[in-house]
Amino acid sequence: MPTFAPDTAASLPGDAWLQARRTAAAEAFAASALPTEKDEVWRYSRIDRLDLDRFAPVATTPVVAENQGASTSERIHALADRLGPRSCLVVTINGVLATVSGEAASSTMTIGRLTDHPESSSLLGSVLATPTDFPLLNDAFAPDPVVIDVPEGVTLEAPIVIIHAVVGLGGSAVFPRTVVRAGAESGVGIIEVVVDADEGALVEQVLGGLAPAVPCERLVVPVTELDLGEAAVVDYVSVQALGAAAWQLAHQTSRLAARAKLSSYAVALGGAYARLRTDSALMGESASSRLRAAFIGRDDQMLDFRTLQDHCAPRTTSDLLFMGAVADTAHSVYSGLIRMQKGAVRSDARQTNHNLVLAEGAQADSVPNLDIEENDVQCSHGSTVGPVDEDQRYYLESRGIEPGRAEQLIVAGFFEAIAEQVPLAGVRPLIGAALAERSGVTRD
Amino acid sequence: MSTGELVIDDLRAGIPGREILQGISLTVRSGEVHAVMGPNGSGKSTLAHVIMGRPGYEVLGGTVTLDGIDLLALPTWQRARAGLFLAMQHPIEVPGVPLVDALASARAAVPIDGSASSTPDIMGRLHDEANRIGLDQRLLDRPLNVDLSGGERKRNETVQLAVLRPRFALLDEIDSGLDVDALADVGRRVQDATDEWGLGVLAITHFHRLLDVLVPDVVHVLAGGKVVATGGPELARAVDRTGYAGYV
Repeated sequence: MPTFAPDTAASLPGDAWLQARRTAAAEAFAASALPTEKDEVWRYSRIDRLDLDRFAPVATTPVVAENQGASTSERIHALADRLGPRSCLVVTINGVLATVSGEAASSTMTIGRLTDHPESSSLLGSVLATPTDFPLLNDAFAPDPVVIDVPEGVTLEAPIVIIHAVVGLGGSAVFPRTVVRAGAESGVGIIEVVVDADEGALVEQVLGGLAPAVPCERLVVPVTELDLGEAAVVDYVSVQALGAAAWQLAHQTSRLAARAKLSSYAVALGGAYARLRTDSALMGESASSRLRAAFIGRDDQMLDFRTLQDHCAPRTTSDLLFMGAVADTAHSVYSGLIRMQKGAVRSDARQTNHNLVLAEGAQADSVPNLDIEENDVQCSHGSTVGPVDEDQRYYLESRGIEPGRAEQLIVAGFFEAIAEQVPLAGVRPLIGAALAERSGVTRD
Repeated sequence: MSTGELVIDDLRAGIPGREILQGISLTVRSGEVHAVMGPNGSGKSTLAHVIMGRPGYEVLGGTVTLDGIDLLALPTWQRARAGLFLAMQHPIEVPGVPLVDALASARAAVPIDGSASSTPDIMGRLHDEANRIGLDQRLLDRPLNVDLSGGERKRNETVQLAVLRPRFALLDEIDSGLDVDALADVGRRVQDATDEWGLGVLAITHFHRLLDVLVPDVVHVLAGGKVVATGGPELARAVDRTGYAGYV
C-alpha cells in the first residue's frame, strides 16, 4: 500500500468532518499525478528526485517521549527565548500540538488546537480553498492544525511564536498546519519557525556553533493560511531551519481584505531541497502586502521560491524583495508572478530578486513574470544574479582591504541590509546572526 | 613625516579599443600639492583610476612608482597598502557595511605606526576627524555612502583619508557637489595633512575655487590625454580666467 493512502489519512484522529475532509484530500491527491519538472511551476526544481515512497506520515511523537523528551523540549525553549519578546508560545512536535503558553493564550484570543475552535471546519482551508499537490497532501495528513484567531479590534503588543519542531524518525513526513485569522482592525505579530530539533541539528549549528549530527532524511510540508480582515495589520516572520537532508515543500498563503496590511518575511536556511511558495491575494480595496525573503544556500542545497502577488481590487499594493546568496554548489530559484486582475485599477506591484553567486559551481535562476489584465496599474520587476559587485569590491580594495576580506564585508553587508527589514524587531538579532553564521562570514 | 615620491612616467592607458592617456609624466613629492585641471574628457578621472587599478582600464605603457615600488604591477589593495589613497568622484555605495567596519579592516591591514589599530581606536579617530571636517557623527554608523548626499560623501571620503593617513592621495573632483563651507573644510583638512604627515596630493579639479584653500605647488593642465601645460598657482588662475580653449 502506498504510504500516503486515503485509508492512512482516514485513520488519523479527529472529528468526523475533519476525517472526511482528510479522506477527500487524500483521494484527490492519489488521483492526481505528481508534479514533474516539465510543469512550468516546477521548472528548475528537483521534484523529479523526490521519491514519496521513502516517507510515511507521522502523527505522534513516541520516540521523543521516551529518552529525548526533556532535552528536545529544552532546545525548543532555548530557541524560543532567542526569538525576542513574545506574548505566547505555541509548540508542535511532528505536527502535533505540544504546548501553548503565555498571556495571550488566556485573553479573548483563541490560540491553540484548531479543532477546539467552534468555527474550526470553516476556518481550515478558508484561505487555501482549492489546494493542489503538496498542500493537498497537508490537507490529507495534517494531524493537528494550529489556529490563531485574533478578534476584531484587538492588538497584541508582543508577537506570538509558533515553533514546529521535527524530531527523530528518519523517513518521516511531517505536516504542520497553521491557520491565522486576524479580525477587522486587529494587529498581531507572528513568528513561525520550522526547525529540526534533533540534537546537533541546524538550529544548534546556527545558534550555538555545534558540529552537525548525521542529518535525518524527512519530508516536511508546512502550510500556513493568513486571513486578514478589513484594516488588519499582520507582521509575519517565518524561519526555516531544517536539517541538511530534509525535503521541504512549504506553502504560505494570505488573503487581505480592504485596507489590510501584511508584512511578511521568510528566512530560508536549511534543507536539501526546500521550496517555499508564497501567495498573497489582495482582495479588498487599498490592501497592501510587503513580502521579503532572505536565503543562503550552501553545499548541494537547493532553495526554491515561488511567489504570486495577486491584485484583485482597486488601489492595492504589493512590494516584494527576495534576496539571497548561493555558495559551494548550491542552487537557488526565484520564480514569481504579478497578476493584475481586471478591476485592480491604480494598483502598484513591485517585484525584485537579488542573488549573490559566491562560487563558480553555484547557480541562481531568477524568473519574474507579469500577467496584466488591467491598464491603469503600475508594475515593476527586476532581478540581479551575479558575483559580488565589482565596483563595491574596488571601493573597499582601494582602502587597502584584501580581496577575500572585501568580499566577506560585502556579503555580510548584503545580509545585514536585508536583516534590517525584518518587521518584528525582537527577532532581528537572531536572524542577523543566523544569516551571518550561515553565510560563513563575520565582521570580526 | 614621510618623504618620498609618486612618479608617473610616460603613462599610456585607456579602455579596450581606446587610448585615453597618451603619455603622462609628472612627479609628486611628499608634502606637495599638485593640481590637475582640464576640460571634460581630457582623461583626468582615467588618470586617477588607472593609478588606483580600477577594473576595466588597460595600461598600454609607462610606469607609476611610489618610492620605487611599481604600482602598476600590484592589485588595487596592495597599491593602497603601499600608501596610495583615492578619494573618488563618485564614492560607491556598499550596503550593510558601516564605515567603521571597513576602516577597521583597512587599518588592520596598514598599520601606520607599526601596530594594528583596534576598532575602538578607529572609532575615536573617526569621531575626531568627522568633527574636524563637519561630518555628522550619525553618518559614521551608516552603511558606506548609502543615503548620503553628494557633499556628505565627499566629507566622508576626506574623513577616510584622514583616518587612514596614506602617503599619497589622489583626489578625483573632491570639490564637486560641495558647497562653499564644505569645500573650505575639505580643502583645509587635506592641506593640513601635507604638514601633519607629509601627505603628497594629486588633486583633480575643474575649478579654481578648491585651490584657494588647498594651495597647489604645481598645476598641470591636461588636454587630450596629455599634460599640455605645467606651472605654479598662477596657471590655475589663468585657466579660470580664460578657460581651456588655449590649451586644447
